[in-house]
Amino acid sequence: MITFKVNGVARKFDGDPEMPLLWYLRDEIELTGTKYGCGEGLCGACTVHVNGAAVRSCQTQMQSLAGKSVTTIEGLSATGTHPVQQAWKQVNAPQCGYCQTGQIMQAAALLKQKPKPTDADIDSAMRGNLCRCGTYQRIREAIKVAANTKPAAAKPAAAPKAATKGGDE
Amino acid sequence: MNRIEVVTRRTFLGGMFSAGAFVLAAKLMPEEAMAAPLTKAEKAAWNPNVYLGIETDGTVLLVTHRSEMGTGIRSVLPAVLADELEADWKRVKLEQAIGDAKYGSQNTDGSCSIRDFYDAFREAGATARHMLVAAAAEKWGVPASECKAQNHFVVHTSGKKLGYGELATAAAKQTAPNKADLKLKTPAEFRYIGKAMPTEDINDIVTGKGTFGIDAKMPGMVHAMIERSPVYGGKLKSVDDKEALAVKGVQKVVTLPHLTPPYGFKPLGGVAVIANSTWAAKKGREKLKIEWEAGENAAYDSAKYKQQLLETVRKPQKAARNIGDVDAEFAKGGKIHEAEYYVPHLSHAPMETPVAVADFKDGKVVIHTATQNPQAVQDTVAAALGIDKKNVECHVTLLGGGFGRKSKPDYVAEAALLSKQLGKPVKVTWTREDDIKFDYYHAVAAMYLKARLDDKGKPTAWLQRCAFPSIGAMFSPAANTGQGFELGMGWTNLPFDIPNHRAENGPAKAHVRIGWLRSVANIYHAFGVHSFADELAALANRDRVEYLLELLGKDRKVDIGARGPMADKFPLDTARLRRVIELAAEKSGWAKKKATKGHAWGIAAHWSFYSFIASVVEIVVDDKGKLRIPTVHIAADVGRVINPDRVQSQFEGASAFGAGIAMMSEITAKDGAIVQSNFNDYLVPRIQESPVMTHVHLVDSNDPPAGVGEPGVPPMLPAITNAIFAATGKRIRELPIRRQLA
Repeated sequence: MITFKVNGVARKFDGDPEMPLLWYLRDEIELTGTKYGCGEGLCGACTVHVNGAAVRSCQTQMQSLAGKSVTTIEGLSATGTHPVQQAWKQVNAPQCGYCQTGQIMQAAALLKQKPKPTDADIDSAMRGNLCRCGTYQRIREAIKVAANTKPAAAKPAAAPKAATKGGDE
Repeated sequence: MNRIEVVTRRTFLGGMFSAGAFVLAAKLMPEEAMAAPLTKAEKAAWNPNVYLGIETDGTVLLVTHRSEMGTGIRSVLPAVLADELEADWKRVKLEQAIGDAKYGSQNTDGSCSIRDFYDAFREAGATARHMLVAAAAEKWGVPASECKAQNHFVVHTSGKKLGYGELATAAAKQTAPNKADLKLKTPAEFRYIGKAMPTEDINDIVTGKGTFGIDAKMPGMVHAMIERSPVYGGKLKSVDDKEALAVKGVQKVVTLPHLTPPYGFKPLGGVAVIANSTWAAKKGREKLKIEWEAGENAAYDSAKYKQQLLETVRKPQKAARNIGDVDAEFAKGGKIHEAEYYVPHLSHAPMETPVAVADFKDGKVVIHTATQNPQAVQDTVAAALGIDKKNVECHVTLLGGGFGRKSKPDYVAEAALLSKQLGKPVKVTWTREDDIKFDYYHAVAAMYLKARLDDKGKPTAWLQRCAFPSIGAMFSPAANTGQGFELGMGWTNLPFDIPNHRAENGPAKAHVRIGWLRSVANIYHAFGVHSFADELAALANRDRVEYLLELLGKDRKVDIGARGPMADKFPLDTARLRRVIELAAEKSGWAKKKATKGHAWGIAAHWSFYSFIASVVEIVVDDKGKLRIPTVHIAADVGRVINPDRVQSQFEGASAFGAGIAMMSEITAKDGAIVQSNFNDYLVPRIQESPVMTHVHLVDSNDPPAGVGEPGVPPMLPAITNAIFAATGKRIRELPIRRQLA
């Protein structure tokens, strides 16, 4: 039996110790903001924080989590008020949005370590996070906005009302 | 639904869509086709058409029938209707449509959502606005001419006003105006069109609450992963599932039907492991021991196939366009230039792999999936299960990227087949390896170009030959040459003013599934044609922009052989191509840039999806051959711009997507199977490899809105390699560039 925390909530696990955290989060406790992209630690879509550090949840076996504290996008801020999320909205960074939760988790970890990252710091920290839509330019801008090293250009505010989701309702 | 609504809707639609471009009315459909659940819009107090409902509390319900994969279309198209309706966007609620022919085409592909629906959505909004005004005028007993719609109210000249909610029931009883009487807004009156509107799903996306296909679930669902034949069309010989069944969580192993031609969107077949979790299904699948009979594609080898294509284009082939007499001109001798180009297979690799959830029960199937085309899901699943398509209810989630992959619903049919076989809801998840190895690949292509040059270095004759396996082969195995729609993408519609021109195409057999990928055949055609134009400019030692403008010749509409309303509405007008070349040159400061060793600029301009695009790319190549792209300037004339921010973001994305194709992406086959498997060997651009800053310059235009999602991709490839030539003297004729600069 492994005990650990996810977004501050105590959890127990006694399944396959080799199961990646990714599938535990998605299939077992239904925290689906963490995405599958490659299963090999190559794309960063599944990035979460373990004890504050950004890790690939597809490469993190459940047995490695004993006593640790996991933060997912749902725990970063459920209301989207974390500075990185705010900056993301301000520059309207996402296109399809699929990789963006991983990008945001990676960027949040970067800013905790380096509150004023240079371009080289950003490239180095974010190079493991793929985006096929090609939103990199706005990701870089959003990180700078969150770090207060660049004011955001005027972009539309987020929709003020509850969104209607796709078909899964 | 009461009688009034029915009658009104019919009248409304009769007036509005009498041209019959597409069927809109549920009530015009046969009664038995009404199996689908009603939308909120249909249940509203007033439901003037399938896209719109108005509640008595003033809520405007807009049905979004196109798929959202990052273009913003889910809110952009409804905003067009809301604008003409003069609705307050804050009181609009969006609803995603299920697959249903009553919406018209839902195939979110080909950069056509706005192009095909802009006019219809404006008319739909304006018609409802007229009826709201008429309803208010009737209530007040005043002429309609004294009333006008204003931000969710109808206002009388006296100052009194009524809200849309208060008017909904009365508006439902009004007669719809004839299309001829419809007063559309002038551009000056636009409230949302041309403005950067909020993106509907952004809050959900940044908090992880957005529901993508992979997040869909159904009670009691099981998880499936499928092992497929490594060689296309291969047949299952034997399967030993003992070890797979021993994996904890694995419930069952089942076989899917063997694939038979024409393959189209049919599932590939194979062996499915059914488990109680994604992880168990994956682990179980790894334990399967399968023997395949490879079949007729067993010898497919990319290195050999490349030679075959090159040999094809070295010989005369069938002309798809023939102007003047290139042969007579070449026979005159003089200065001749020839070149060959090659572009490999590519994979779509959207960040979200193909995933579908299906529940088959009592002859009907309910599906939740990320699809670009829910109606193709209906057709494909119906054919696979042997049921009527009205019994296929396809709910569309957000798409984690599409790029053309998710308009091919083979993966959805897999889930439906398994659900029918197992009698419970099934989720089929493709791993990244599945996605890379079993894609509908972008066609590999070879091209040969030849020109005769006059003493000023201008071509007097231009011959171009291409060969690529056609998408058509998916639907008709006999289709072994380029189809008209493929050759019309940058091959037969050369915009240059050359008196003798011939565009040829030779045969090529498909040995893997071939499919359309963002900008399709334009990818290789633009690379060949615009690289060659740059080669000619270099031979003439001319400034590339000046030479390009001379090639275009005087402003004219090029006869591209297309006829009909689309050709009339969207001509290849070289004046517009010239303007974007001039704009890109101006904005990038082209005239002042001086290439130095390892640092230069390149340009290419291409017309696709009826949009005119010119890209200027700045590149730096270091001593080790490492390539960087500090800036890109894209000038785009896409006709009227609906949402400038989302248009801009599409071009930013196309810049990275195109740079990736040019620099690193390549799919190869060996012994019939695809060599690559994941992002370690199928390379796509990362943040440090993408263009650092892409500036997008949109031409202010009143022309009809044209394509946006795809046309930014094609000019990127030749613009990059043209810049490399300017910086290094090395001409890249084969993609990807990868190690060619080392």
